[in-house]
Amino acid sequence: MPEIRVEVLPNDCPAGERSLLVDIAHVFAAAKFLRDDPQLRLDYCSNVSGVDWPDLEIATKTKVKKVVDGVEKEVEEVMKTLRPGFLEAVYHLYSMELKQGPVVLRQRTANRDPEAPAVSLTPLWRGAELQEREVYDLYGIRLEGHPDLRRILMWDGFKGFPMRKDYVAPDDFEYEPTPHDEVLELAKKHYPPEVKA
Amino acid sequence: MIDEGLRNELQKQGVYTTTLEELYNWGRANSVWPLTFGLACCAIEMMAASMARFDLARFGAEVFRPSPRQADLMIVAGTVTKKMAPLVVRLYNQMPEPKYVIAMGACAISGGPFKQGYNVLKGIDRYLPVDVAIPGCPPRPEALIHAIMTLQEKIRHQKLTGPDRPRHLNAAVPGEFPVPAYGEHDLEPPNNPAVWQPPVIKR
Repeated sequence: MPEIRVEVLPNDCPAGERSLLVDIAHVFAAAKFLRDDPQLRLDYCSNVSGVDWPDLEIATKTKVKKVVDGVEKEVEEVMKTLRPGFLEAVYHLYSMELKQGPVVLRQRTANRDPEAPAVSLTPLWRGAELQEREVYDLYGIRLEGHPDLRRILMWDGFKGFPMRKDYVAPDDFEYEPTPHDEVLELAKKHYPPEVKA
Repeated sequence: MIDEGLRNELQKQGVYTTTLEELYNWGRANSVWPLTFGLACCAIEMMAASMARFDLARFGAEVFRPSPRQADLMIVAGTVTKKMAPLVVRLYNQMPEPKYVIAMGACAISGGPFKQGYNVLKGIDRYLPVDVAIPGCPPRPEALIHAIMTLQEKIRHQKLTGPDRPRHLNAAVPGEFPVPAYGEHDLEPPNNPAVWQPPVIKR
């Protein structure tokens, strides 16, 4: 299958587990290949996860020679590029038959729109059905081809996708004896520190 | 009321005296049947409490009923999610009076470690009148037994007449509580003001 674009993503953590990034158009064929190839036989999808990658500003420093006050100097210039955000569905695949794995398969949506489309792999691994529903419920990745795509943990009629980085939960803060971090900010907002007489 | 010393003397002679109130409460306190109802890991401790090692049967509370219509006590054992809360309230409404609630564990009394989460109720006392709250994560079976003994003590001291008589003897007090509806992000209403008000912080 020469037309499939596969990227191997490195991983800096000690385990160094690399993953396959496949574009949405070909992810179904690639997954089918991984499942059916006699040398791979990845017949077990152990885990489906969602990842939210918000917009990221990448700053790269480059040294440029410039004329400053008539003298040529080496000046550091900061280039800022914006990497648009996207959502990711990650599949961990194992082979029960050949006792090998895991192979990590990723697919990315084009953007972070609500209900951004991706491809469901439930037709290949039936066990992914509920986990894909969870990914849809919490991250809002619309997995095309899923037999029964609806919310699973939150109720029908819930607005938004609570595991996204920009989800704002309703402000129902109450007294907290030992607030810290974001909860401390909320506590300050709700109970402003009064000047002691 | 009969004098306590005279009563003891009479008991030594084989004469037992009691009041209707005492007899009624004695019977009720020693047959508190809980609802078979667990929400999370606290339910495992609840099961352990009812098994042979901790033997909840000693307190007359071992008959876990599979139907709310036959139960006297709801042990809210575990995390109450916002999705589950209306069902918990509905189960409580389906129980006949007299009925009691034990909130078991950190989650059921306050939301516990998930308090600031997007889908966890910050304590079942927002919708139901809790009689006994047990802290712990999860509480030991002994703690649940202690809670049931505390509840029995409470039942024994309930007056059958008078203005502070229990709810099931007072027709003016409703025994059902409004079931919250699912909103866009939270339950509506987020609490029942008749049973719960937000805490007032004194400085």
